[in-house]
Amino acid sequence: MAERSFKEEVKSLYLGDGDEFHGEGILAITKALLQAGVSYVGGYQGAPISHLMDVLADANDILEDLGVHFESSASEATAAAMLAASVHYPLRGAVTFKSTVGTNVASDALANLASGGVKGGAMIIVGEDYGEGSSIMQERSHPFAMKSQIWLLDPKPNLPTIVDMVEKGFELSEASNTPVMLQVRIRACHVYGRFKTRDNVRPSFTLRDAMENPVRDVNRIVLPPASYLHEKEKVEKRWPAAIKFIEEHGLNEMTDGDLSDIGIVLQGGMYNTALRALELNGLADAFGNARVPLYVLNVTYPLVDAEFVRFCAGKRAVLIVEEGQPEFIEQAVNTMLRRADIQAKVHGKDLLPMAGEYTGAVMKDGLGKFVALYHPDAVAGSGAPPEGDNRRKAAMAALDGKVHGRPPSFCTGCPERPIFTAMKLVERELGPHHVSCDIGCHLFSILPPFNIGATTMGYGLGGAGAAAFNAPSDKRVISVMGDGGFWHNGLLSSIGNAVFNKSDNVFLVVDNGYSAATGGQDILSSHLPNPIRATRNGIEKAVRGIGVTWARTLTRTYDLKAMTRTLREALTTPEKGPKVIVAQSECMLNRQRRVKPLVNQAIKDGKRVVRERFGVDPDTCTGDHSCIRLSGCPSLTVAPNPDPLRKDPVTRVIDSCVGCGLCGEVSHAAVLCPSFYKASIVNNPTPADHRRARFRRAVLGYLQRRMARKAVAA
Amino acid sequence: MNAPVNPHAQARAIRIAVLAMGGEGGGVLADWIVSLAEHGGYIAQSTSVPGVAQRTGATIYYLELFPRAAAEAAGRLPVLALMPAPGDVDIVIASELMEAGRAVQRGLVTPDRTTLIASTNRVYAMTEKIALADGRVEDPVLRDACRTAAKRFIACDMAAIAERSGSVISAAMFGALASAGVLPFAREDFEATIARAGVGVAASKRAFAEAYEVAAGRAPDTPLPDPRSRKAEILAHRPPPDDAAALEREAADALPAEAMEIAKAGIERLADYQDIAYARLYLHRLKAVAEADRAHGDGSFRLTSETARHLALGMAYEDTIRVAELKTRASRFERVAKEVRLKPGQILEIEEYLHPRLQEIAETVPAWLGKAMLRPGALRNLIERLTSEGRTVKTTSVRGFLQLYAVASLKPWRRKSLRYTAEQDHLEGWLAQVRATAATDYALALELVECRNLVKGYGDTHERGRASYARIVGLLPRVAALATPAAALAQLRAAALADETGAKLEEATARLGLA
Repeated sequence: MAERSFKEEVKSLYLGDGDEFHGEGILAITKALLQAGVSYVGGYQGAPISHLMDVLADANDILEDLGVHFESSASEATAAAMLAASVHYPLRGAVTFKSTVGTNVASDALANLASGGVKGGAMIIVGEDYGEGSSIMQERSHPFAMKSQIWLLDPKPNLPTIVDMVEKGFELSEASNTPVMLQVRIRACHVYGRFKTRDNVRPSFTLRDAMENPVRDVNRIVLPPASYLHEKEKVEKRWPAAIKFIEEHGLNEMTDGDLSDIGIVLQGGMYNTALRALELNGLADAFGNARVPLYVLNVTYPLVDAEFVRFCAGKRAVLIVEEGQPEFIEQAVNTMLRRADIQAKVHGKDLLPMAGEYTGAVMKDGLGKFVALYHPDAVAGSGAPPEGDNRRKAAMAALDGKVHGRPPSFCTGCPERPIFTAMKLVERELGPHHVSCDIGCHLFSILPPFNIGATTMGYGLGGAGAAAFNAPSDKRVISVMGDGGFWHNGLLSSIGNAVFNKSDNVFLVVDNGYSAATGGQDILSSHLPNPIRATRNGIEKAVRGIGVTWARTLTRTYDLKAMTRTLREALTTPEKGPKVIVAQSECMLNRQRRVKPLVNQAIKDGKRVVRERFGVDPDTCTGDHSCIRLSGCPSLTVAPNPDPLRKDPVTRVIDSCVGCGLCGEVSHAAVLCPSFYKASIVNNPTPADHRRARFRRAVLGYLQRRMARKAVAA
Repeated sequence: MNAPVNPHAQARAIRIAVLAMGGEGGGVLADWIVSLAEHGGYIAQSTSVPGVAQRTGATIYYLELFPRAAAEAAGRLPVLALMPAPGDVDIVIASELMEAGRAVQRGLVTPDRTTLIASTNRVYAMTEKIALADGRVEDPVLRDACRTAAKRFIACDMAAIAERSGSVISAAMFGALASAGVLPFAREDFEATIARAGVGVAASKRAFAEAYEVAAGRAPDTPLPDPRSRKAEILAHRPPPDDAAALEREAADALPAEAMEIAKAGIERLADYQDIAYARLYLHRLKAVAEADRAHGDGSFRLTSETARHLALGMAYEDTIRVAELKTRASRFERVAKEVRLKPGQILEIEEYLHPRLQEIAETVPAWLGKAMLRPGALRNLIERLTSEGRTVKTTSVRGFLQLYAVASLKPWRRKSLRYTAEQDHLEGWLAQVRATAATDYALALELVECRNLVKGYGDTHERGRASYARIVGLLPRVAALATPAAALAQLRAAALADETGAKLEEATARLGLA
């Protein structure tokens, strides 16, 4: 069960001819796929594409109605390989994943797919994770497209263009027998907008048709001599076909402007920011009418030489707006213009930064500079932000060092936190160990308050990242991996590798029941049943299956004692071979979503329900905050000290506490302070509960009054 | 070819940035604004980078609203941006004060354009929370920066409003936005939007309505009750009025007025902690410091008042007797019930997480028994085995209550315990050093008083604090020989509170040439 439900939103997938769709980019893409008559869809979750996967999962019934097969792929490689269905058959297929991390994983399959080419339209929708909010790797999909010769679409970030490019993309793919990649940046995935819909199209040729009438063509298989021919075919047939299609269908856009001796070439995805930058410089209006001629590349690979020549001819200079590095487009344009002997000066990375996100401020500055070089009077000073304004600057300076970062962290009650608390406690006894990390929520352990972990090499590669440390030593290396990473790649690349190479190290698999970091999607070992997937395939069983002999499964990570004991044992046991600890407890975010409505209903129905939460007595808390340093739970915070004699803030547990019990366990294990208490709140108590409570009140009340009297008498 | 454009004559999209943290409903607020705009004749676009908002991260939702009529007149759709440009944002809404500060720091708030609407509550950042003492950023710094940077700064405690209304902060933020009058929609339009969304409508409307009034200054901005404003349980048991009054009169005669407020709290604390005689001992000790202050001080009497604070805390050290007493008081049960929001008809049970160790037990019982416990042998082993793990005690049960009640009953014998002797010796040593230092260097003496703040907590925390204190005091003769001794001591004290391992303290020691 994913973090966000799109059950309501997917109803708009039924919209037909002439209706208006309102919603997010990801939902619009799904609708576009159905309008394009797609036969099958696959993918692997990961921001910003997680929600697209969730939309598809929630739309499963609609997809089935249309005869569309949807799979949650095991990895991006699996997803990319799925497009093999379009090699021999006129089937339109689409897969989706986060890029470039996912594209890295998918590369093997993509290379083979691109080599033989496709008959049916094959589309790879990549969530371009570049810039703010990017979790990993400031890289671009562009070079992947170049090296495999996959066409790269980078549409203007508005829904009509994105939807149009999905449909045109399939046609381009079929016209040129080449897979296409549709790149959508993170904000475009989540942009709320509108477009006019068309009816969904049921594929005329179905997967069943293909399965019952199999076809093969040896020339499409990547094996010599066919593979030699593929390269020739790419250059001589598929490329020219693509160029022809792009030109004829006007996929790229050119607009005029009165400052006609200069021009701006931009990636489609940069369009809205660039237009705003021009508007702020007084060079465009709110409707995209710009004074500078624009050439918008909705297709950033391949580039159409003829269009460039047409756009640049007679101009003094052009500016290439290309986010990220290296500057592939700028380099290509220089070659094109030299070949055509066009003398327009090419600007790009000289006026805009080589690396980093092209934000509003960066673009305003860069575009303004470019136009000012050739038309100094055209760039407006007014309407621009008051750069010289002292008040703003003074305010910003006053906040220097005062605005603290808020990196993502473990949620309230997260079952992964006690694992790292245990590691901290074991560290106190056995000294620090080298820790190899993986991708997932557990990677937050590298940040305060835990500060655990040295490297992270990729999804499922936590164990592999420790492979070199397979040498005689008095200390073992600990690798951490999540259940998501384990099934994505880790079982073989990390655990299998350790078994085969006789590693002695410790491998900790955090098994929270979901691919939690990407939004709580189900995976192979998810503990709950899923109507459309096969879950409940245990991790310990899998590692034993490939030869691990020392494996322990802990079913309650909150049991700090068991957690530390097991870690200690794994680090010190004389037994040879990899030591695998599977630490299980359900992702609290998912658990709350699942359990909360049930609990609320039970309380409403008058059933006896006990809710637990923790608290701190402010009069015994001394404001040292060790508990926060060892737990880091968001429900643990600081509050002004109620004691007039003390200044340091006390720890307070806020009402979001879910009663996981870690803070109590920590105060026990680390011998912190006696301030923590667990409050059990009994809803709808039984008559027996009431009798017991009355009796207790009477006895305790008597003793309390007696104590107070003695205090007065003293 | 297009005609030259004059963008200033054209319609302009209203630009709105919402800064919120995961789970605060920033997304809901953005959806409401979109719905409000679409029903009010505007084209709306919103976007965000949601991945990091989950799991306590901060994120920005960005919206642009464009009048549909202007688009129809132009026959074209507007090009709306997907991210805010500094200097170009009309409205910034922040769910928390540091998030408002973040907006200012990112340049989104500018004096010529931006209305900044912020909730003044604080959700502390991890780095503020994990400090060994007080790591909180001061509110006034954030507020001043917001006021300086914004064209208009509308601030109130929207978290408190949400709490009072049983709603979430997004509803209060929506109310403050309506109240600001910066969007071309009427209050009814805002409320209709909440009704259309259809979730928690009544509570959301309550929060909306209160924020609408408070943000405009028509209703008081009431934060949640400040814990300082209520009487701490520690003071719940007042000593007999005549005894205390007599002692307070004596204090007023002997102590400077500047120190009286704290000294009074100290007297009450110690009478409650032990008895009136103990409070008298406190006053006696404090008088000696006041004399030194009069002789050598700068007239501020800070030495007396700060000693009054730390001496009271030091004398009321937390031993097992104290903890047991505080945990069993009726007033404490009432406080817990309030804190967990116990409703009528519900029953509350409280379980304490305690981990008394041999050391604490031996220090609490009479000295002869304590010494016997600490001596290697069968008794020691037994106690160590029994206390190797923490225990939970249910104080709401008769059995659990009696256990703590028994420990609390040891109070009359406290003066005979090992810990009592050790603490008094330690305090006397500290006071003597403070008095002696005051004679030569008043500022240094003040810093030495503050060093007592290192000694706090229980168990490992207490031992660590003691060790840092001992280390610093051991350096005192050499610190006194430095050019600026007080500043050097302050540095050492800050370093001791900078990390748990003592590494920062050693660094500072080396930096000052004391290693």
